[in-house]
Amino acid sequence: MKMPEPDAAILSRRQAIATALGAIVPGEGVIVDEEERRAYESDGLTAYRQLPLIVVLPTTTQQVAAVLRYCQGEGIKVVPRGAGTSLSGGALPLTDGILLGLGRFKRILDIDYDNRCVVAQPGVTNLAISDAVAERGFYYAPDPSSQIACTIGGNVAENSGGVHCLKYGMTTNNLLGLEIVTMEGEIVRLGGRHLDADGYDLLGIMTGSEGLLGVITEVTVRILPKPATARALLIGFQTSESAGDCVAAIIAGGIIPAGMEMMDRPAIHAVEAFVKAGYPLDVEALLIVELDGPKPEVDYLIGKVEAIARENAAVSVRISTSEAERLAFWAGRKAAFPAVGRISPDYYCMDGTIPRHRLPTVLARIRQLSARHGLEVANVFHAGDGNLHPLILYDANNSGELEKAEEFGADILRLCVEVGGVLTGEHGVGVEKRDLMPIMFSDDDLKQQQRLKCAFDPKQLLNPGKVFPVLHRCAELGRMHVRSGFTPFPDLPRF
Amino acid sequence: MATTLKPADPNQLRDMVLFMASKKTPAEIVGAGTKRGLGRPLDLDYRIETGALAGIDLYEPEELVMRAGAGTRLAHIERALETHRQQLAFEPIDYGPLLGEPAGKASIGGVFACNLSGPRRVKAGAARDHLLGFVAVSGRGETFKSGGRVVKNVTGYDLCKLMAGSWGTLAVMEQVTFKVLPAPEATATLLIQGLDDRRAIRLLTLALQSPHEVSGAAHLPAGIGAGAAAADIAGPATLLRLEGVPPSVEARVAALGELIGGDGIDILDGAASLAIWRALRDVLPFAGQADRPVWRLSVPPAAGAGVVAAIGAQLPAEAYYDWGGGLIWLMLDRRADAGAGLIRAAVGDVGGHAMLVRATPEVRASVPVFEPQDRAVGGLTRRIKEGFDPVGILNPGRMYAGV
Repeated sequence: MKMPEPDAAILSRRQAIATALGAIVPGEGVIVDEEERRAYESDGLTAYRQLPLIVVLPTTTQQVAAVLRYCQGEGIKVVPRGAGTSLSGGALPLTDGILLGLGRFKRILDIDYDNRCVVAQPGVTNLAISDAVAERGFYYAPDPSSQIACTIGGNVAENSGGVHCLKYGMTTNNLLGLEIVTMEGEIVRLGGRHLDADGYDLLGIMTGSEGLLGVITEVTVRILPKPATARALLIGFQTSESAGDCVAAIIAGGIIPAGMEMMDRPAIHAVEAFVKAGYPLDVEALLIVELDGPKPEVDYLIGKVEAIARENAAVSVRISTSEAERLAFWAGRKAAFPAVGRISPDYYCMDGTIPRHRLPTVLARIRQLSARHGLEVANVFHAGDGNLHPLILYDANNSGELEKAEEFGADILRLCVEVGGVLTGEHGVGVEKRDLMPIMFSDDDLKQQQRLKCAFDPKQLLNPGKVFPVLHRCAELGRMHVRSGFTPFPDLPRF
Repeated sequence: MATTLKPADPNQLRDMVLFMASKKTPAEIVGAGTKRGLGRPLDLDYRIETGALAGIDLYEPEELVMRAGAGTRLAHIERALETHRQQLAFEPIDYGPLLGEPAGKASIGGVFACNLSGPRRVKAGAARDHLLGFVAVSGRGETFKSGGRVVKNVTGYDLCKLMAGSWGTLAVMEQVTFKVLPAPEATATLLIQGLDDRRAIRLLTLALQSPHEVSGAAHLPAGIGAGAAAADIAGPATLLRLEGVPPSVEARVAALGELIGGDGIDILDGAASLAIWRALRDVLPFAGQADRPVWRLSVPPAAGAGVVAAIGAQLPAEAYYDWGGGLIWLMLDRRADAGAGLIRAAVGDVGGHAMLVRATPEVRASVPVFEPQDRAVGGLTRRIKEGFDPVGILNPGRMYAGV
């Protein structure tokens, strides 16, 4: 992975820079010691590691602004970081860059039940928001599987999803306001407690911008009343085609489940061996369909989904009759990643999205790729919204196997784009999929995205080397090239 | 008289924009042109209409996705969706009647470019939440795309959000891909009469805090009628809509009625419920009085009644509430400044923004139509515009002077 060329002049000034930062963030907020910096050398994508130049852990928005202003003035790169759970290397440090950790922004600032929102600092964990409002029967809907650890600021930066996105949306659909600091050190407030943006939707643009546009220092999210009831079905199929048909039929029947998850045979077996969830082992595909809402609605729709499942060649159907049973259905799915981790020394988690009906084709092609690359794969799938998580099994101790896993993964993502899907559904581009971006986007597409970056960060000091395979200077991107050979219409053009 | 250009295909559109760019000649960008009366008035030599870039080229009901030319009529799209019992869940407002244009003429490109949402926004999200992908021509004359046809997608910046609500000032969309959802099988509205604004907003808040999945929460104060489509309802009327499968709607009507105190609640169902929400969505209470300015205020929902009271104490104003109090439609008597200073001060006190949606061209030329921006946001806005449209040929000044 090629990162921007380190700036030798910056590297040689480490101590002076640390001293200057220490004047902004006093006490233990500036980390220079190598052993302490090592804690920040990678995020959830552990295959990539890099020690940052210096780690800074500010506690106030003013400190963040002062740090960024200083770095902007000195030409020092900055990598923001929340909890460091990114699976795409979004928080991978730079050897000549400051790592700006927001972990000390840990307070929930306001809970506003009348306007149904929570104002939190970016270092508050996703789950802590739901916990804080649980006593009044509310919750925060997006639920990435890392929700116990990942922070709300990181969720905004990555536009995190979760198993309930099909019905409740991703982070971007549940966000009302932000305070951000630009690389120039300007504090900008976007949105608030009202429902829609005025002017350009900068709130929407910040969400999923992977730390390239601004540093998030405050977040306002919508909270929802908890559904009165939730029940789930566990449905087994002899073929992934039948399971795919069932998913399509449920949606064509006008039903939007709260969650709809699929696992293939290798995933089912790995999970069952690990958590004994009671999953059937003689099926090729297993579907969990969860319905939530008012009890009469859930009971009615459970019946409809069961009928649809039987029409689509389900070989086993179990319906939860208690909260314990519903949670047991989920226990297996939620343990899928560690379960696969137990049967293989390492696994590499992919994250493409495909149009749902292409699932059987894509699974068949993944099996072919698996044979060609000589690596096993287990598939878990957010079937409702087409988000596929193939887990590629490999052993990093075997020379060359990580590279093979990465090639296999890249082939899967090419396949996703080929069938009409996208490179990443919820994990982000980061460094991981950066060089695959041209599979999905033309040069003009990517340049237009980078021009947005230039509006926020013209010196391109904030998290450079992520998302975009080629860094263009903003001056070059800004130039207007009217294509040669284009002849303006000689007369008034009338078409 | 402006010269109107009607590109017949995407290549012609790109050539026209390139022509404008090479001549440094700005053009007004419109779909069907039904919202030309909204925004700062433009007086340009050219107009590009995307109406011929029309047609649904992909509709997969079981995938919940549709793709169409930007000039496709919204009415055409809604008819196609109805045949599969689906809908645009964000319930786009039809500004035609309020702005003195015919109803039912808007284009889907205009709906997304202006981020138009209706009462169901409280539950289903805004137009911007449903735009999955687009193809557009930037002010550089370059065709580019963003997003895709799948719901779950974080590949690159989310330019769909930027295009939604940019009012044609950044790029001309030629094609949009969007999420569609099942239409509810049943709908019912609880009607509570006689509440003053503050008590009504408190009631809406209580309902929206409940798990009964309210999909519309509005209040018409005394003296405001619901317009021709639902002529028999006049304020004060507080309205709560429930939608879904019949057994669910039935159960929730009962449970919500009990929660808010059972007596004196009327239930509107079927056509009566549809008619009232359509009237509120399209601001029919204020249609047909073209010389009176109309404002659209977006505020924290629980603050709605206070904002209207603060304005009403200084100026004679008529107003009603949607989105549980978070969306206020407000009509004043004719005034040179359309009450801008007072209204924006009242909104500023609680946090939010105010848009002048109906006023004479003279007023719209002198009063900021969109909420004035602070220095930081204004700077970002200007630089984003320059990145997409460096010469300033696409709808220049439609939203803000110089943008």
